[in-house]
Amino acid sequence: MTALLEIRDLHASVGDQPILKGINLTLNAGEVHAIMGPNGSGKSTMSYVLAGRDGYEVTGGDVLINGESVLDMSPDERARAGMFLAFQYPVELPGVGGMSFLRAAVNARRLEAGEEEVDQLAFVKMVRAKARDLGISDDMLKRAVNVGFSGGEKKRYEILQMALLEPSIAVLDETDSGLDVDALKIVSDGVNMLRSPERTMLVITHYQRLLNHIVPDYVHILADGRIRRSGGKELALEVEESGYAGIDDAA
Amino acid sequence: MLATYEKLGIPLNEQKRLANVAVDAVFDSVSVATTFREELAKAGVIFCPISEAIRDYPELVQKYMGSVIPVGDNYFAALNSAVFTDGSFVYIPKGVRCPMELSTYFRINEQNTGQFERTLIIAEDSSYVSYLEGCTAPQRDENQLHAAVVELVAMQDAEIKYSTVQNWYPGDENGKGGIYNFVTKRGVCRGARSKISWTQVETGSAITWKYPSCVLQGENSVGEFYSVALTNNMQQADTGTKMIHIGAGSRSTIISKGISAGKSQNCYRGLVQMQPTAENARNFTQCDSLLVGDRCGAHTVPYIVSRNPSAKIEHEATTSRISEDQLFYCLQRGIDEEDAVSLIVNGFCKEVMKELPMEFAVEAQKLIGISLEGSVG
Repeated sequence: MTALLEIRDLHASVGDQPILKGINLTLNAGEVHAIMGPNGSGKSTMSYVLAGRDGYEVTGGDVLINGESVLDMSPDERARAGMFLAFQYPVELPGVGGMSFLRAAVNARRLEAGEEEVDQLAFVKMVRAKARDLGISDDMLKRAVNVGFSGGEKKRYEILQMALLEPSIAVLDETDSGLDVDALKIVSDGVNMLRSPERTMLVITHYQRLLNHIVPDYVHILADGRIRRSGGKELALEVEESGYAGIDDAA
Repeated sequence: MLATYEKLGIPLNEQKRLANVAVDAVFDSVSVATTFREELAKAGVIFCPISEAIRDYPELVQKYMGSVIPVGDNYFAALNSAVFTDGSFVYIPKGVRCPMELSTYFRINEQNTGQFERTLIIAEDSSYVSYLEGCTAPQRDENQLHAAVVELVAMQDAEIKYSTVQNWYPGDENGKGGIYNFVTKRGVCRGARSKISWTQVETGSAITWKYPSCVLQGENSVGEFYSVALTNNMQQADTGTKMIHIGAGSRSTIISKGISAGKSQNCYRGLVQMQPTAENARNFTQCDSLLVGDRCGAHTVPYIVSRNPSAKIEHEATTSRISEDQLFYCLQRGIDEEDAVSLIVNGFCKEVMKELPMEFAVEAQKLIGISLEGSVG
């Protein structure tokens, strides 16, 4: 079986600064992987490199989606190939209506797949239904994308987009940052609903608490641009007890 | 001539009848067809080529033509006044709310020519009219001149809403060819509580000089100017408005959104003038500029004159670029770069676009996307 996402000896730099120094990771369908690491370990860089952001230069290794290298693909091509990134800091788009943004994103994917554009009315109904599950009000859907949203609302909106776009690979970058306990529960429930045998998720987080809600199959500890240790969900608890310093020593 | 219109995808009869818009088509300054005239006549509304109006309603034309923009107002207005052949004429009688949108399509077809049309709209007491103007011209290597004159007169409690989507040929990417769009547009709010609202989406023309203005004579009269000006490649746009406050309690709002891409230059130039009689008059101005790429320019030149100490004038201005964060966010959702820029720019213009009548809003949105093609990447 071909892995949905395979990262092979990935090296990447921002400017002249090497950040990722040889990452190896294989994500199969149905699996949820967590990447944990201290600040500055390269967690966010990794999510941007996977998504193909400008300014994040791959200096070695490869990233494959369904067995095919995506390094030559632009961010929008990667997205249409099934990669979704839930942003740590979702971006405000003043004046851009939520519905038209969501529809543009869904249609881009459908056109790529040779399908017809979504019917406008059916689409609005579908968005409302999915939004309700995430506690997103109709009023929020009418506003411009992320404009005037609270931290928790922004994160829920990311999960809503994920639910609509149905990616095969979902990368969640510090989805727990800035969330209180209640918001964390709503967002985690949303993510858990999207767990599926056809999908893989890469959950990037600093803290173990998110992993109480989104229970991973595998945990990897990232430090100084390399994966220091990999294990099951119990590894996250070990980090909670002894901190990252302890883990690094044990490696 | 009508056949040419059909070919251009401007079907005067079918499409507009469905959309309930009355159309006057002006072709190389000659009015070729006006629809819905009988229906409008029932309401007492006159909508006809100005050549006919001169013949059929001379007393109205004599009374108002040149009353807002005198013959000697400026070079191009003088040229128009000397040579104009046709244009549109609208008269809304007292107390009548015009039952449909009125629209004129202007088109320059002949080579080596100019278009000098003239529009006159008169709204009597307590009447209302919404008027749309669309412009196109085929591609030619030579420059062509468009020097129109538009005069609006709003009497007591009357309201005129004038919307323009201007898509004259802008020239090629090296600046060869294109229309010189030197237009004089001015409205006067004669009566108390009258209102004139200009909305424009300007994407075409090699050079645009255009300042749709309001003379706010009546007490508590209202002037509005909503503008999107988008320039790409070698285009130059110098546009804005003049709000001349004469009446006490007169109010004006100016919302201007300038988008520059390519090597273009985009300038907002506007005057807000409070006359000594403009007791407690107010103005709010907001000028936002968006830069796409690193070789274009945005300029804002506001002129503010206050001769009345009770008048209040506010001016806000911003200049920004499409941020890399915003672009990446859209791309990551699978939206390609051109569509992403179009989305972000349309978002930037939203405040103005929502002032356009429905029939024009969709068209204008697409036009923004098309005009930005090739400006990224």
